[in-house]
Amino acid sequence: MSAGALLAASGSGADFPILNALIFVPAVGALVVALLPRNRPDLARPVGALFAAIAGALALAMAWQFDTSAAAAQLANGDAAFQFGSEVSWIPALGISWKVGIDGISLWLVVLTSVIVPIVLAGVDPHHDPKPYTAWMLLLQAGSVGAFVALDLFLFFVMFEVVLVPMYLLIAGWGYEGRRYAATKFFIYTMAGSALLLVAIVATAVLGSPESGITFDLVTLAEGQRLATNAARLCFVAFAIAFLVKVPVVPLHTWLPDAHTEAPTAGSVVLAAVLLKLGTYGLLRFGLYLFPEASDWAAPVLVTVGVVGVIWGAITAAMQRDLKRLVAYSSVAHMGFIVLGIFAFTAEAIGGGVIQMVNHGISTGALFLLVGMLYERRRTRQIDELAGIQSAAPVYAGVFTLIMLSSVGVPGLNGFVGEFLILIGSFETRRWWTVIAATGVILAALYLLWAYQRVFHGPPAAADRQTADLRKGELATLAPFVIAAVALGVYPKPLLNATEPAADTLLEHLVEHSDFELPDPADPVIVDAGDGADSHDGDDH
Amino acid sequence: MPSLEELFNETFASPSVDWWVLVPQIILVGAALGLLLVASLAPRALPAWASTVVTIATGAATAITAAIQWTDWGSAPRSTLAGAFVSDGFSLLITVLVGAGVVMTALVAHSALDRYGMAPPEFAALLLASAAGAVVMAGANDLIVLFLGLESLSIALYVLIALAGRRASSRESAMKYFVLGAFSSAFFLYGIALVYGATGGTNLSRISEFLFGTVREDDYLLLAGVALLLVGLGFKIAAVPFHFWAPDVYEGAPSPVTGYLASIAKAAGFAAMLRVLYVAVLQQGTAWSPIIVALAFASLSVGAVMAICQSDVKRMLAFSSISHAGFVLVGLAAVDPDIVDRLWADFGGSVGVAADLGDGVSSAVFYLVAYSFMALGSFAVLSAVVGSSGDPDDGTSRHDLSRYGGLARRRPVLALAFAVLLLAQAGVPLTAGFVAKFEVIRAAVGEGIYVLAAVAMVTAVVSAFAYLRVVLTMYAPEAAATSGDDAPTARISRPRWGDLPLTTVLAIALAVAVTLIVGVLPQTLLEWSADAALSIFP
Repeated sequence: MSAGALLAASGSGADFPILNALIFVPAVGALVVALLPRNRPDLARPVGALFAAIAGALALAMAWQFDTSAAAAQLANGDAAFQFGSEVSWIPALGISWKVGIDGISLWLVVLTSVIVPIVLAGVDPHHDPKPYTAWMLLLQAGSVGAFVALDLFLFFVMFEVVLVPMYLLIAGWGYEGRRYAATKFFIYTMAGSALLLVAIVATAVLGSPESGITFDLVTLAEGQRLATNAARLCFVAFAIAFLVKVPVVPLHTWLPDAHTEAPTAGSVVLAAVLLKLGTYGLLRFGLYLFPEASDWAAPVLVTVGVVGVIWGAITAAMQRDLKRLVAYSSVAHMGFIVLGIFAFTAEAIGGGVIQMVNHGISTGALFLLVGMLYERRRTRQIDELAGIQSAAPVYAGVFTLIMLSSVGVPGLNGFVGEFLILIGSFETRRWWTVIAATGVILAALYLLWAYQRVFHGPPAAADRQTADLRKGELATLAPFVIAAVALGVYPKPLLNATEPAADTLLEHLVEHSDFELPDPADPVIVDAGDGADSHDGDDH
Repeated sequence: MPSLEELFNETFASPSVDWWVLVPQIILVGAALGLLLVASLAPRALPAWASTVVTIATGAATAITAAIQWTDWGSAPRSTLAGAFVSDGFSLLITVLVGAGVVMTALVAHSALDRYGMAPPEFAALLLASAAGAVVMAGANDLIVLFLGLESLSIALYVLIALAGRRASSRESAMKYFVLGAFSSAFFLYGIALVYGATGGTNLSRISEFLFGTVREDDYLLLAGVALLLVGLGFKIAAVPFHFWAPDVYEGAPSPVTGYLASIAKAAGFAAMLRVLYVAVLQQGTAWSPIIVALAFASLSVGAVMAICQSDVKRMLAFSSISHAGFVLVGLAAVDPDIVDRLWADFGGSVGVAADLGDGVSSAVFYLVAYSFMALGSFAVLSAVVGSSGDPDDGTSRHDLSRYGGLARRRPVLALAFAVLLLAQAGVPLTAGFVAKFEVIRAAVGEGIYVLAAVAMVTAVVSAFAYLRVVLTMYAPEAAATSGDDAPTARISRPRWGDLPLTTVLAIALAVAVTLIVGVLPQTLLEWSADAALSIFP
């Protein structure tokens, strides 16, 4: 397929290159902000937020136009369907093109990125040097969206690496005490992870290109599957390491607590909501889709790593004294769930993984915002220096409760949908892993509620009593998160409609190109459970 | 009994000279001699700016002539002087690069000459003479001519480095470079002798024909000769373990000269190495490619690891330059032994084989061009920083990392330019440095040298740390706070470009522009370097 089918699939996208607009509007915005007059630093954030908001509005319009039935129809051909596609030759000598397109997996990640950046730009004060800050935030938005929509391996790598620079400078320039250490650690860890990714990308293209010439086109390479088994497995390992550092999974996660804790609030929000998703999205798009056989081969290790992340992240989070660090470790646990879901290889689990990516962005992003607001008031994030905030700032406490419950995964809020789907889906293929991971849900309730109890309940000290409640501006910043958390919890259908066909397509691709077989719905799990219950009942009598 | 004259005519047929081929060399040498002549006959008649203008004009003319020759003649080789000198796409691309390097060095040096106490006309003449040597090396098709080019380049450089004689470090580094350079020249000469003994010729094409065309009992003499040639050239490109001079010399030399040393002198050394390996002794590819792999491996790792230990920015750039040489060597190492065998089987030119081989060479050429601009730009920034703040009075080195603290506040645009150049060297996408690394990795992976490719990328991460440290220091707000008393005034009347010399600014802008344009739209340079690479194969 490649170009022809892509263009056919893009029929619904009209002629306006909306994905490129989502990349270039923020990029141009960054340039405009950088060129603003020197003596008007106050203009930077409004102008930047305007550009980001234009991109956000475009993204929402795109989500509205996204054709879920077309995606479903494409499924019949067994082809991956990418909508709103466009392709421009970039470096013809190497078969590299600027090729973008989205499917149900990337759609909501693009929307999330494009919406969350204008919100934090407008809502969070950087305190100094607003001009470069705004410019870097906009470049971060452009690069992240670019990575989510890239359908060319070279383009993806460029975007994947480019987002490091603004994030690095945001942490180093606007972070807290340990920012230089944290920023460098973040950059080096991620760059080290992707060092081998570049070699693997080149190897994939060199070995996997059709006779007609070298290409870095994802769809051509993935549908062709020309790599020998061992070469594909080695390349997959290199890809997976790069993405697992980004996710991050447990042995590779130590950059994350530092980066999150030292980053400025907006940086933490974008890091959690967007940058971590590059890892899990990469695992889906450039792991599962590009190397189905190798994914099947490595799945036992990857689901184990995911489950270890769930438990390790939860236990470590429970032991943190710093509220922001606690939220950071809770990220590790949530991302572990997503890795489990992706490599459980059922439509529910993969779909749940994608939904969990979006929901984690919403709830953890909001938690970082809330912790940032608390720090603004109290200049501390140490849990034991805070107590009884509830009585002094009831609205703040209310919002915190709601978001916290969404992060725990309470039914009726968004966090529940993804985690539930992951657990249901994984139970069919990876039963014991799922059993262990499910305890992570309980642990999440434990560490978050315990932290809540210590910070918000109890006798307030003098300083606690003077903690101001949320201002209108802060409420407005948090409102979209709260609305999304409730709305997607009650009515997750828009998410599900987009992700389901995409997950099905991906699974078909997997079945076609590997030894993996979908579990027979008539068979084992449910019947087994039924048998067990029956015999148990029998004993009772 | 023939007369002496008859004997002479019989044995010495004077070669035909295609003067058009030699125009770039003639321009460079002519301008150098003219400058020297005017400077010694009428020293007062030549104001300082005049020699800079002449140098820039000469450099530009060289580059433009070479570009015109390339567009007119295509990449096909045109040899002259009885095959001793060849002008093909490769030599012309290097000539353009040398011309650009001369222009940029002259721009940077213009404002620095005074500071270093260097006489403008002498500096200009030596720069042009060394450039002539570099251009000769790029086109030399005979080991003797290659040696002539190498010596013209080196001797001019010895003096250029020593030209800032007021400073002890300059004299010391010139001495070091001279002694080790003389040694390496001796190695090189001895290598020529052995290769001549083994093959009966010094002409590169002749050597290749001989090697492909005859069955020999053993190649020990030849291999010893090639090894000695590699030692001599390894010194020029500062590959580990022939790199010991580099950090000291780079540190001691005036910054504009260091930039030239790191870019143009290195490019010329690589050009010579490429020609010797790929034209003369390609048949021995299976023998020399392990040596190149070892050199690449050592340069990459030593350069990267040593770079992160440096507290002096100039020394850090010196070590990083060693690791960049390692990357170019990875490109050179990307020669598949099977292909050499196939080439042997059907020697006489199958284009497909040349295209396969060309990948490695083309990536090396691309890397050289990309790195040259990054290096010239980086050392230009160093020159600007020292030039604007003078020598330190606290005994720290002139380029100590601490002096870059808060540069982003004092000179935001200069700091941004330096950050771009450093990140480009670290290989961040959308810069020339990334495409260059990508090309080298592609060539290496294409030839199946996965381990070296992986090592190269890992060392790139290690050296990224060294660059990041400088970027962080520049953007660190604390440094501005510590120099609290002058911080407020700096805020009110922020010097932007005003007090920086315009010529240096121009050079930095040029380097940054090339780095970014090549990074975003590399197609043209990719085509040029592929073209150039293909043109050197027999």
